[in-house]
Amino acid sequence: MPDVTARAETGHHAVTAERPGPKAGPGQGRHAGRARRRAGFGTAGPGELVLRYSLLVLVLVLLISPFLWQLSTSLKSLHEDIFTGAPSFLPEQPTLDNYVRVAETIPVWSYALNSLIVAVIVVLGNAAGATLAGYALARLRFRGAKLLLVGFLATLVLPGEVTIISQYITVRGFGLADTLLGVALPGAIGMLNVLLMRTAFQAIPQEMDEAAVIDGATPWQRLIHIGLPNVRGMLSVITIFAFIGAWDDFLWPLIVLNDPENFTLTVGLQYLNGTFTNNPRLPAAGTMISFIPIVILFASLQRFFFRGVEEGAIKG
Amino acid sequence: MTYTAPTRPRRLRRLFTPWALVAPAALWLLVFNVWPSINTIVLAFTNAKPLGGGHFTGLDNFARVLSDGQLADALLNSIVFMLVCLPLLTVLPLLLAILVEKKIPGIAFFRTAFYTPVVASAVVVALIWSWVLSDRGLVNGFAQWLGIIAEPVPFLTERWLLVFSAISLTVWKGLGYYMIIYLSALGNVRRELHEAAAVDGAGPVRRFWNVTVPGVRNTMLLVSVMVAVSALRVFSELFVLSNGTGGPGGRAQSVVMLIQMYSRGFYGHFGYASALSIVLLVITIGPMLLLLRLNRKAA
Repeated sequence: MPDVTARAETGHHAVTAERPGPKAGPGQGRHAGRARRRAGFGTAGPGELVLRYSLLVLVLVLLISPFLWQLSTSLKSLHEDIFTGAPSFLPEQPTLDNYVRVAETIPVWSYALNSLIVAVIVVLGNAAGATLAGYALARLRFRGAKLLLVGFLATLVLPGEVTIISQYITVRGFGLADTLLGVALPGAIGMLNVLLMRTAFQAIPQEMDEAAVIDGATPWQRLIHIGLPNVRGMLSVITIFAFIGAWDDFLWPLIVLNDPENFTLTVGLQYLNGTFTNNPRLPAAGTMISFIPIVILFASLQRFFFRGVEEGAIKG
Repeated sequence: MTYTAPTRPRRLRRLFTPWALVAPAALWLLVFNVWPSINTIVLAFTNAKPLGGGHFTGLDNFARVLSDGQLADALLNSIVFMLVCLPLLTVLPLLLAILVEKKIPGIAFFRTAFYTPVVASAVVVALIWSWVLSDRGLVNGFAQWLGIIAEPVPFLTERWLLVFSAISLTVWKGLGYYMIIYLSALGNVRRELHEAAAVDGAGPVRRFWNVTVPGVRNTMLLVSVMVAVSALRVFSELFVLSNGTGGPGGRAQSVVMLIQMYSRGFYGHFGYASALSIVLLVITIGPMLLLLRLNRKAA
């Protein structure tokens, strides 16, 4: 699963990883139009519709029911037997008790806050760092630009796990071992995101820039008034994935953090799992605390993501 | 010549501004990518440990790599992982993409829902799996209730069952991810070809083989390489399912789990972990380069 914090959990990041291609050129918008036209082809008859919806619902059940099962487990009271062969899918007497008790077992809310802090640093760092660098690489000419670009591209063939030990030593050298800043810092500017922003800026017609240059606009003014309004799609995709990547990341915080006080949610949950094999209700509640915010976030921003897909932000 | 050179401050600014813009990213490139890469190679020839060590030990770590039974286990696990994931995650997401491609009412909901396992953390998904597959979990409980099995199947405590549980989790979690890549590629398959084939009387199955598959052949190659690379890099799924133990005798570990194991604690050994990192690089560099090339071609 390739990932954007470039922290290589890369699962989702890789989604956008698809296109470090340096020459994307303008006109990616074409795909959108094509996709729209496709919709009309061979309008589905009733038979086909029934078949399609049945298959869709079948896949939906396969992909979503484990989450619902976990949600249901987290809401079941201690009196309800969850170990029978045919347990009820719905809790008999739904209760939030497990959420209270999981917080008494591990400081799950402060873990959630830790994850949030890391994710916010990563999002802000990428939104600023990748945008500025992407713009300079796409639109300004300067000595060393080629070399830098090669450097950014070279990182793409390097799985993050390969350098993770040395990265830890670097972070430890800064005195940031076992700190949230140490967790957030390496992914705060993802190399892949720099390349993605560069691609987005390149798609802006050159003439717009040239006109602004003639009008005497400085590079900063061109970035703010011409650049930014035209790369909102890509910017939203990389920030969404920066957030999700940081929130979901496990290996890197597991290596950096030692003190249970500082754990992020994923690390804390794994710890919880080892402790409560007899009562799965508590880990279930813990996983929901991690899962629900990210699903709400993704569901509310999904149109930006899928628009990005159609515009070719993600490409095979 | 009426042309006058830009005045000095202007020229300075022209040089300065681009570098001011790229400076943070360039710094990150150096500090968190270039330097750690160099340091990994250097460390691999030392006995550096979390506390102390750091003497040059020549090829000792690599000699140890060659005789490391755990690494041999891990590599075998990775190969099995890859061989099973490869066909499943290359084909199933394509079928899924075809299913969600047509814009019928409600399709946005289904696309988002199918992507949900992707945005969930691997830890969350693995915790759900370890509850469902545990001795008293849903699968064993139901199978016992039906009378299919007498004893619970040790999904999480037997080496190969553990590996296959992690594989099933990986496939389940990856479907939506690769579906999106195919969806984007399907948009580029020429619609006229579909129409022409339909006019010629080709049914859906024939159109799939003769129009869709050739149209997305490059994407299939891209996806299969991505699946292969991610199988070699697997960590969270196996780690969480085995509760951090790597299964009985630590035989269900992955290469990355070994790297993590040597990153800390009593057994911590940065030097050997770095040598393992180089092993990981060697086995992934081929597919990664191929991936980069495919990407550039696609772009």
